[in-house]
Amino acid sequence: MEVPILKQGSYLIATFQAALTDEDLLKLQDALVMQVGKYRSRGVIIDVTALDVMDSFAARTLRSLAYMVRLRGADTVIVGIQPEVAFAMVQLGLTLESVRIALDLEEGLAIMDQRTKTGKGLALVDQRAKRGVLREK
Amino acid sequence: MPKGNKELHDLGTLTTEKSSTVEDNIALLRELVSHLRQNRTQLRQEWARRITEAKLLTAMSQEEIFTEATAVYDNYVEALETGTFEALQAYARNLSERIIPRGVETHEVIGIVLLLRDVLARSLFAKYQHDFALLFRILDAYEPAANRIANTVSVGFVQERERTIRQQQEAIRELSTPVLQVRERLLILPIIGVIDPQRSRQLTEQLLRGIRTNRAKVVVIDITGVAAMDSNVANALVQTVEATRLLGATVIVTGLSPEIAQTLVTIGVDLAKMNTVGDLQGGIEEAERLLGYKVVPISETAQLA
Repeated sequence: MEVPILKQGSYLIATFQAALTDEDLLKLQDALVMQVGKYRSRGVIIDVTALDVMDSFAARTLRSLAYMVRLRGADTVIVGIQPEVAFAMVQLGLTLESVRIALDLEEGLAIMDQRTKTGKGLALVDQRAKRGVLREK
Repeated sequence: MPKGNKELHDLGTLTTEKSSTVEDNIALLRELVSHLRQNRTQLRQEWARRITEAKLLTAMSQEEIFTEATAVYDNYVEALETGTFEALQAYARNLSERIIPRGVETHEVIGIVLLLRDVLARSLFAKYQHDFALLFRILDAYEPAANRIANTVSVGFVQERERTIRQQQEAIRELSTPVLQVRERLLILPIIGVIDPQRSRQLTEQLLRGIRTNRAKVVVIDITGVAAMDSNVANALVQTVEATRLLGATVIVTGLSPEIAQTLVTIGVDLAKMNTVGDLQGGIEEAERLLGYKVVPISETAQLA
């Protein structure tokens, strides 16, 4: 099953609809790395809310995907990991090191906005800065 | 099934003898039961006396022991008569439910059941002392049933006790891991007491669920109340922190005691991924800073305005 990639402003959003085969994952990786350059995107958001299991291949692919996207000049945020999935991943030692992670799509978009506006971003949204930006508008 | 095989073998020759012993057995048991019914008062008193003598059931008063003894005695005789143990089992469970909270121990329950068995056996010895052959046959009928009764009551008591313990454990576990929201998007998780693998697992699950439902961004885990920590627990804590990160939240660990800090460094647990602050207050302040809050005294805000 193909993963739809939506272009939303300067971001690309890929939402998993169901568990993917290894081949689908690699296809998604290729497509995203290609489209980041094509649309001059600043960020990629990968939504895995629908996944109820994440194996080592998927975790490794997501990690290398994030690295590749970074080399192409954009940021990656993975959003929507379920609590049970997170617990299982940690037990398998799949911790998606140095990949940005957010609770859900909304949070992921907020982090993206933060990062693209302030240049070098923070791990957490700075509420005061956000309010300041809103007031300037 | 050696018994069944034997019966099959003997079927041709011994059928008549076999059925006659079974009937014999039933007749003997009936005689036994009527004997126990006749001497009910005396045997019951004897039993209660021996219980007190042996200093069993010290948690209960004399009258209570006597009442329970009567009930157990009647159930006992009934079980002997009918050969069914359901009523006795139910009574044993009910009795256990009542006496467990009062601190009655397993050895006491087994002790009193065995005492009853002895008291009854002695009365049989006394009655049939002149006819040893009959006594042996009576005992043959009595002993298996009596042992099974003792077994049923003891097992019932132990099962009931285990059930109580399990229930309490569950209740304690539920109560022992509160995940509390102190501010928008800020949770605290105070941990008190010993952490075992099961508890740490439950803790993590509850925390992750709390992060989801409260949309938390920062979690302060306070372990001031944890007395000691071994490498297993420390690793579990590291896992909790990593799992939390997978939900997009940050963990701040507070309240590491000097002893725990020393043990952790000595056993070489990698706590580099962890954000630690001295005490809960400091942890909450740090969390507020991460969330962009600043606590300002009212007088200062008045000046600003």
